[in-house]
Amino acid sequence: MSDIFKPVTDIMQTKIPIGSWVEGFIFFLRDNLETFFDNLTEGIDTVIDGMVDLLLFIPSPLLILAFAGLAWFLSGRRIALFTLLGLSLIFNLGLWGATMETLSLVTVATSISFLFGMPLGILTARNKMANNIITPLLDFMQTMPAFVYLIPAIMLLDIGVVSATFATVIFSMPPTIRLTSLGIRQVPEELIEAAEAFGSTPRQKLFKVQLPMAMPTIMAGINQSIMLALSMVVIAAMIGAGGLGGLVLRAISRLKVGMGFESGLGVVILAIILDRITQSLGKRNKKNT
Amino acid sequence: MPKVVIEKLFKIFGDHPEKALKYLEEGKSKEEILTKTKQAIGINNVSFSVDEGETFVVMGLSGSGKSTLIRCLNRLIEPTGGKVFIDGEDITTMDKNALREIRRKKLGMVFQRFALFPHRTVLENAAYGLEIQEFDTAEREKKAQEALELVGLKGWENNMPDQLSGGMQQRVGLARALASNPDILLMDEAFSALDPLIRKEMQDELLDLQKKMNKTIIFITHDLDEALKIGDRIALMKDGEVVQIGTPEEILTNPANEYVEKFVEDVDRSKVLTASDVMKAPLPLLMLKDGPRVALRRMKENGLSSIFVVDKEGTLKGVVLAEEALAAAEKGEKTLDSILLTAVPRVSNDTPVTDLLPTIAESKLPLAVLDEDNKLKGIIIRGSVLAGLAGQMGKGGTADV
Repeated sequence: MSDIFKPVTDIMQTKIPIGSWVEGFIFFLRDNLETFFDNLTEGIDTVIDGMVDLLLFIPSPLLILAFAGLAWFLSGRRIALFTLLGLSLIFNLGLWGATMETLSLVTVATSISFLFGMPLGILTARNKMANNIITPLLDFMQTMPAFVYLIPAIMLLDIGVVSATFATVIFSMPPTIRLTSLGIRQVPEELIEAAEAFGSTPRQKLFKVQLPMAMPTIMAGINQSIMLALSMVVIAAMIGAGGLGGLVLRAISRLKVGMGFESGLGVVILAIILDRITQSLGKRNKKNT
Repeated sequence: MPKVVIEKLFKIFGDHPEKALKYLEEGKSKEEILTKTKQAIGINNVSFSVDEGETFVVMGLSGSGKSTLIRCLNRLIEPTGGKVFIDGEDITTMDKNALREIRRKKLGMVFQRFALFPHRTVLENAAYGLEIQEFDTAEREKKAQEALELVGLKGWENNMPDQLSGGMQQRVGLARALASNPDILLMDEAFSALDPLIRKEMQDELLDLQKKMNKTIIFITHDLDEALKIGDRIALMKDGEVVQIGTPEEILTNPANEYVEKFVEDVDRSKVLTASDVMKAPLPLLMLKDGPRVALRRMKENGLSSIFVVDKEGTLKGVVLAEEALAAAEKGEKTLDSILLTAVPRVSNDTPVTDLLPTIAESKLPLAVLDEDNKLKGIIIRGSVLAGLAGQMGKGGTADV
């Protein structure tokens, strides 16, 4: 009996070399696009370092006040007060430098997510084929354990803040794409008809009707991306991102519960401030519409 | 020369229109074709032409294909077969750019649910058509401003659409369509979403505007009264086909078949006038807080001898007479308390007109028309009842011939 199935089990036991294919692909990228990745590394490095330097150059009390003022302007008194107290606490705990590093990484990663995510979102909203390709890719990006991105990131970009940014971008981009696409598809059919009936070109329809109306949803997507980016800080620190994640990581390896809690608290405060501010950005937009 | 000509227009929804077309030629019904081929017939062999300056009404019940038809005229929906000529040019064969030019220059569209852009002000909405044609800001705002003035919205330019009532929103919709000065207006159930009183008002205004503008208007409606009122000619549609085309007179006196006859009959039967059909808007009004002097001034401004008083919610509180207001004002009274008459003759808005006659004959005051919540919806004066009845007799008379 077992002989009958032997050819089948033989075939089933022959391992499909998915791993080597991926390896081959990554090696190919590394060998052939070396200068590209080097330049990319240098570019992103410069931007992040520059931003950290700038944030640390400004006297911290002044910067705390500036952030609180921004929070007041965008989301009101309560968030402003929280920003003032939260950032002061971070300063008091001696986490200021690490927090500014994390803020820079998150800002740069989210900007890249936005830069690529929004056009991709627009594309998926308008093109069924693109939607069919990109949607499963997004599912893949979001469910693949984030650690897995670290390996090719290191291979292509070396250990350091840039590969951490790369991994963070991959992990945090899907919501921006998804919600941009959703926002555009949610624009009522009648308004699309109106735009077309008056003779809009596709570009006019996009910029004058679809994007402005999708703006609150897109902002919600960006908010989600920022939160995901923040949730990556500890993982990113494993490949040299430093910042608050780096402190958490150090606390883990030395079993220092107090230090771990303090740095974790820093992440939480930063997350709440960024979340509330970007949320109210979306609401402001809604009010204007 | 006709402005718009439609020739043998077909629209079939589905993946295999050719199958459906074949069955149509064999004379199969819409339902049969749907079950056999899963193709839905939108428009079935429609031909007509509309002259310059004519108001052409396409009327039918929902599902009759009238909305599909109007969308074939600017190709928001691609027709399956047939031709649409605008100023002699066949738009069904045009490329995208040429079609866009026609949409921009010659066609203005007004939508049932207004379809205003909620993120733009009233002025920016009205200017949309000009903006996408890349007129400079000053010029497009001037033209949009003119269009808004034409529809009576001067002073509302900087409001957002959601701050406006339904009737005013549709005026913005109309202004948006008029701003780029197109020859042809496509109006898709433009007044169907409005309250009856506002709808009447908008119909009157459209007729007024049309006298000044002389556009070619293609107007879709499901309301025969509306069709009869504003149409120079009416096309009746059923199941995607045009059943009859004619002037309102012809449709009423010579129904082409049983379907049209039934339509006309139904409308006549439902045409029992109620209080809300003959009432006028209750303007001007007094608020409870107003005093005798305000009352006097407002009556004088409007040439009235009495004026209704409501509270903030619009609930009727009473009526004030001119001579009593004068006496109170001379005595120096500050409130309406002493002169407010609460015994106002009142009727509900669905009272048949015939039942109003005794009441109105006895009363020297106008009748107040109230809804279920005692809110003042309108007033009825003797003249308006008579006018309403005369209208009904006139219409009934022609229908009986």
